[in-house]
Amino acid sequence: MAASTSPQPSVDLREPSSWRKTKNQITTVLMVLALLIIMVPLVFVLVTVISKGIGIISAQFLTASIPPDVLPGNIGGMGPAVVGTLEITALATVMAVPLGLLGAIYLNEYGRGGKNLLARVIGFMADVMTGVPSIVMGLFIFAIWTLHFGFSGLGGAFALACLMLPLVIRSSQEMLSLVPDALREGSYALGASRARVTVTVVLPTAIGGIVSGALLAVARAAGETAPLLFTILTVTTTNKNVFSGPTTALPAQIFANATSPYNGAQARAWGAALTLIVIAFVLLVGARIITARFTRVGR
Amino acid sequence: MEPQPEPNVVTDRHTEAPARPQAGLAPPRQELSPTGTHVFDANGISIYYSAFRAVTDVSFSIHENEITAFIGPSGCGKTTVLRSLNRMNDLIAGARVEGDVRYRDAPLYGPGVSPIAVRRRIGMVFQKPNPFPKSIYDNIAYGPRINGIRNKGKLDEIVERSLQQGALWDEVKNRLKASAMGLSGGQAQRLCIARTLAVEPDVVLMDEPCSALDPIATSAIEDLMHEIKSRYTIVIVTHNMQQATRVSDRTAFFSVLRNEESDTRTGVLVEYGPTQQIFEDPHDSRTQAYVTGRVG
Repeated sequence: MAASTSPQPSVDLREPSSWRKTKNQITTVLMVLALLIIMVPLVFVLVTVISKGIGIISAQFLTASIPPDVLPGNIGGMGPAVVGTLEITALATVMAVPLGLLGAIYLNEYGRGGKNLLARVIGFMADVMTGVPSIVMGLFIFAIWTLHFGFSGLGGAFALACLMLPLVIRSSQEMLSLVPDALREGSYALGASRARVTVTVVLPTAIGGIVSGALLAVARAAGETAPLLFTILTVTTTNKNVFSGPTTALPAQIFANATSPYNGAQARAWGAALTLIVIAFVLLVGARIITARFTRVGR
Repeated sequence: MEPQPEPNVVTDRHTEAPARPQAGLAPPRQELSPTGTHVFDANGISIYYSAFRAVTDVSFSIHENEITAFIGPSGCGKTTVLRSLNRMNDLIAGARVEGDVRYRDAPLYGPGVSPIAVRRRIGMVFQKPNPFPKSIYDNIAYGPRINGIRNKGKLDEIVERSLQQGALWDEVKNRLKASAMGLSGGQAQRLCIARTLAVEPDVVLMDEPCSALDPIATSAIEDLMHEIKSRYTIVIVTHNMQQATRVSDRTAFFSVLRNEESDTRTGVLVEYGPTQQIFEDPHDSRTQAYVTGRVG
């Protein structure tokens, strides 16, 4: 009623073409479809591992020893592998994260402008290392370390550290490059040296992203099997000494047990798989919390 | 105004004899430094970014306890010149300064001169407020801590004094531990000025410190500059000509010189003198055109 009395508008504000609307609908449908397809493997993997592993995993499973396969049906536990994974991953982290962070600082703070040959070489090598298959890392450590000093958690940690290094370098450098130059200039203008600018302004600003990037690299390394195959031997007994003697780890145990014909071993593999997913999940959540906390302080 | 035959280098030879008196003009509202102590002497400096010559053959002197304004159109090199005065250009790959720049008779670009030592005496405030993502307290204490002051009582004292000098104390005294990122633009800029003053520099360089601020915040910063100028020498780059007339004792007008043959452009210093003379009785036709708003 009001519309009939109001004057005719002098402009037309309606959608100019219906083809635009159609395009919008088609693209939206395609995106939703892609999302659903992506969800299938993700959800399927999670549901399978959780449903098969949830009945097996327990405090006792995480600490009990791995029974020999001659006792079919005996699930036992994954204690030695949990110990091994925690030790080897921690050792690899201690080696790779400081080294990678220092490399990233060099690349981003000292080797800027593309003129620094050493920085260009390091950046290029990090990119190449990212593309090296993990089994090659294992073979490399096998050839230069394990052949001379025997199987040990240390060798496995070397291999995992090689794998983590390029990830840590690249993710840390990315975070350092996000620190605005205005902050660096502000610090330089107060008479700070480059080292001090880096330590007191650049690193605190980027630390949240650096830590979460490092945790993602740790999660990735904790789940790697191939680098461990030639370096730790994958025994079934607990070896608390990470520096010498054969040891074992969760991914390697999954590989060994899942290929076994015995029910007990297969159940053990599912339990180990779920354990590994939980470890990765905890690390990811930790990364998220740390990032969120530091971003809040920084805002 | 007829064009001047030799436009480039105009030093401040009008210093001792202020602008010619003209009928109907307000009396000079500022006394120029009678002692005329020079803080900076630049003699024929050219500044390059790799092969590009951003500034050509610039000479001027900056006087102690005065506010000197650099004005001019975009791309005329005034910020580049400003940044050469505390060696901030060193941070840009390929930047290089030719010619003689002296700071209290010491060559700024001489052998063995440490840019770090230079910047501890010659502070800088930037166009965009750049507080560190730390607390207000830690922002101010940053510079003194660099200089090795660790004593809590001493730091507290410096923080309070600097924030008071920066006209920010009353607004933040109850939240010194709060993040500086929560401050408004004007407050953040005053924080950055206070942070610069905390190291008690000799000179404060300001690169368009008010261009991101509203008139009220701008006015607060200009008042602040007047208050601190008895203790510091200030050089300010500004796009705002009213600001230059309001705050500065001397003004340097930079312009862009085009070389038609090689199709290159470079910044030159057109005219330098007491602010009143530059704005009311410019000697160069380009200055005249710029300050009256006909160009730029």
